[in-house]
Amino acid sequence: MTDSDKWKKINKSVKERPKVQEYKNWKELPPIPISLPIDGSMGTTGDWRTFRPIISDGCNQCGMCWMYCPEGVITRMEDGSFKIDLKYCKGCGICAKECPSNSIDMIRESEIKDD
Amino acid sequence: MIESQKDFVQKKETLIMKGNLAAAYAAKSARVQVISAYPITPQTTVVEKLSEFVDNGEMPGTQYIKVESEHSVFAAVIGASKAGTRTFTATAGQGIFYAHEMIHWAAGSRLPIVVSIASRGAAPPWNIWADFTDVISQRDTGWLSSFCATHQEIYDEILMSYKVCEDPDILLPKFIAYGGFILSHTSKPVILEEQHLVDKFLPPLPSEEGWPHIWIDPKRPMMFGNLIMPSGFYYEFRMKLHDAFIRAKEKIKSVAKEFEKTFGRDYGNGLIQEYKMNDAEVGVIIYGDLALQMEQAVDDLKEEGYKVGMVKLRHFRPFPSEDIVEVAKKVKLLGVIDRATAFGSQTGGPVSCEVKSALHNTQGTANILPIINGLGGREVTLDQQKNQLKMLVKLFETGEIPKDIIHGTLWDGLLEVE
Amino acid sequence: MVKLKDALESCQEEYFLPGNSCCAGCGLEIALRWAMKALGHKTALVTPASCLNVVVGLWPKAAPNFPFTNMAFAAGAAAATGISAAFKAKNYRFPGKGWDEITTITFAGDGGTADIGIQGLSGAAERNSDQIYVCYDNEAYMNTGIQRSSSTPHGAITTTTTLGKERYKKNLPAIMAAHEIPYVATCSISEPLDLYDKFKKAKSINGCRYIHILAPCPPGWGYQSEDSIDLARLAVKTGSWILYEVENGIMKLSKKSKILLDPTKRIPLIDYLSKQKRFSKISEKDLINLQERIEKNWDQINLELKCQENYGK
Repeated sequence: MTDSDKWKKINKSVKERPKVQEYKNWKELPPIPISLPIDGSMGTTGDWRTFRPIISDGCNQCGMCWMYCPEGVITRMEDGSFKIDLKYCKGCGICAKECPSNSIDMIRESEIKDD
Repeated sequence: MIESQKDFVQKKETLIMKGNLAAAYAAKSARVQVISAYPITPQTTVVEKLSEFVDNGEMPGTQYIKVESEHSVFAAVIGASKAGTRTFTATAGQGIFYAHEMIHWAAGSRLPIVVSIASRGAAPPWNIWADFTDVISQRDTGWLSSFCATHQEIYDEILMSYKVCEDPDILLPKFIAYGGFILSHTSKPVILEEQHLVDKFLPPLPSEEGWPHIWIDPKRPMMFGNLIMPSGFYYEFRMKLHDAFIRAKEKIKSVAKEFEKTFGRDYGNGLIQEYKMNDAEVGVIIYGDLALQMEQAVDDLKEEGYKVGMVKLRHFRPFPSEDIVEVAKKVKLLGVIDRATAFGSQTGGPVSCEVKSALHNTQGTANILPIINGLGGREVTLDQQKNQLKMLVKLFETGEIPKDIIHGTLWDGLLEVE
Repeated sequence: MVKLKDALESCQEEYFLPGNSCCAGCGLEIALRWAMKALGHKTALVTPASCLNVVVGLWPKAAPNFPFTNMAFAAGAAAATGISAAFKAKNYRFPGKGWDEITTITFAGDGGTADIGIQGLSGAAERNSDQIYVCYDNEAYMNTGIQRSSSTPHGAITTTTTLGKERYKKNLPAIMAAHEIPYVATCSISEPLDLYDKFKKAKSINGCRYIHILAPCPPGWGYQSEDSIDLARLAVKTGSWILYEVENGIMKLSKKSKILLDPTKRIPLIDYLSKQKRFSKISEKDLINLQERIEKNWDQINLELKCQENYGK
């Protein structure tokens, strides 16, 4: 009765190993609980938001919002502008508060009409 | 052979040494890479000797960490083992109790750590002498545990243990216990084996990656040990520990056989070692240093015509239930002699409880008399052991109950001051 | 000294992946995010029981994209000692594989550092264990629901000090400086680039390094999540949280705290405390006492700096 080989894949390189481990029963499990890094480890945390940050035209691309965002969901695009990943943004409001040019508005989610 | 390993030049020699030093020499022969050290009587000379080896350059590349408590001893060794190195440490008594949290952690982490324990009694009252309560009290943590009866056995058991523990299907930590002051501080000749033979039996960790399994590697980031909800696989992960123990029984037996083939020293089947049981009517199961003296008692009584034999229990975890059942079929009465306590259990002695439950469903096996002696290093003389055997024979032949039976267990050697 | 526009070029990679279970506006998350940007991939992180253990996700998913080990509460510093020793041992046997380039770091909360972990930390510092020990200070046991720790400031309400804490905050950086380790630093999440610089400096030093980060906690301190950075900034501006480094025994104030040597530049403490619900029960007398303690502390710092000058250091 030896350990099943299914779990040994997690020892391989990042490219070869599964993104998320799936096991059916105790026989397939590895001996110790190992977790693999993935975005959204707690699910789509964007659902937590009550207010959504929206970057308006006054943005002068200073990067302060990117610097202060706790979640790291603000990325700088190729053209220098900044984009907020709404899938994971928790709506804490730090970016809006810290923006020196007040160019980020926190709009209530329920008031936004999604297309 | 990697350049650095040419530095190990242990040749085969027999040196007279104390039991603690045998443990230190074994760690050196096993090419351990990380040692964490904290002093506690009676194991202190183990870590002192290892410090000498490291400072002398006899263990090149070995990291010797001087920590500030036993809790940190185990934490450091867990960290080092997780990073993929062979680790060793030594502790005793109160140190084990202090580190209890980390002892659970090491087993749950499935790390092949080997720890030598110079067993001592639990305080209060303060006691630093031989008593296996400290190791036995860790029985449910998930550590393998074994007892040594001779100085040579300490050296040999450490080498065998790494081989058992590092097996990818086992991956469990292990305690190797021997009586404090009795084995740790008395001197006997110990054969140290030639390094290249030891390397063949117990290869140094094979590749730069360490274990063939999970470890800390920036190229393949992973997280170890996070939360699992009750509905998740927590229950199954813990169940796998027990499964590994059952597999360990076969591994221990096969390693003992291989050891005998390589080095010529025989330790029974690895789990138990029978001594003259084949024509015995009455036997004892005993462990630790007292087992060695009991062999003498059995020999002396056999010369007088008694039909007695003994079984040395080498491993407490995993408990060799099947072997005990076979042994119990050979005799009519078995005394189980503990040098530790299990308060509130049916017999007060841990091994006697395990033996009773092993024999529970089997017909035709011996009756059990639980015996406890030698707690806190109380001396158990050869005569006392002979009397124990004689008393068992008398019980078997005439049914005469020994006079020191309290709550169903014979607490042998209780003081009665005139 | 990194500037924001340089950081925008070089620090785009996120090591702590989003979508984890940190609270919105969590101070710890900003601290960890910038610490990892400075340290990079070749880091092995150990964390004793704290918020960090729990926010990193449930098995089999993980938020950190670097080697991360969960550890028992009191065992953080000792486990990191073991890990860094193992890397040295591996590097000896298999040189040239990069095992000596990995930074070992312990990331503990204030409870796991100042209370239950202090024995391990003191031991690690005394033997100059090769690790960076980081304490992210949210000033209470936040993971278990806001209980007081020895790092909770005087007057703060927690579930175990419902009338406000009587004792004062334990001065951990000073304790660590007394261990004579190569590097001690304090940081605040309101100065992420300063934090980045300090971690980069720590990475280049061998031996035991200690970094203490002020990490405000929205539920624990009683404020809206958007104010995390603002509060951390106020803590520095009032002079109650001092940004400094002690390198080989020499103390050096960081830029944002150096200007506060002039007492007129410090803003009143009440501006900082009034924004947090946990100080709602603080009395006038307490406030005066706390303000005085800040002034006294700065006088002592002045003396220390003069002493350093006099001895030609």
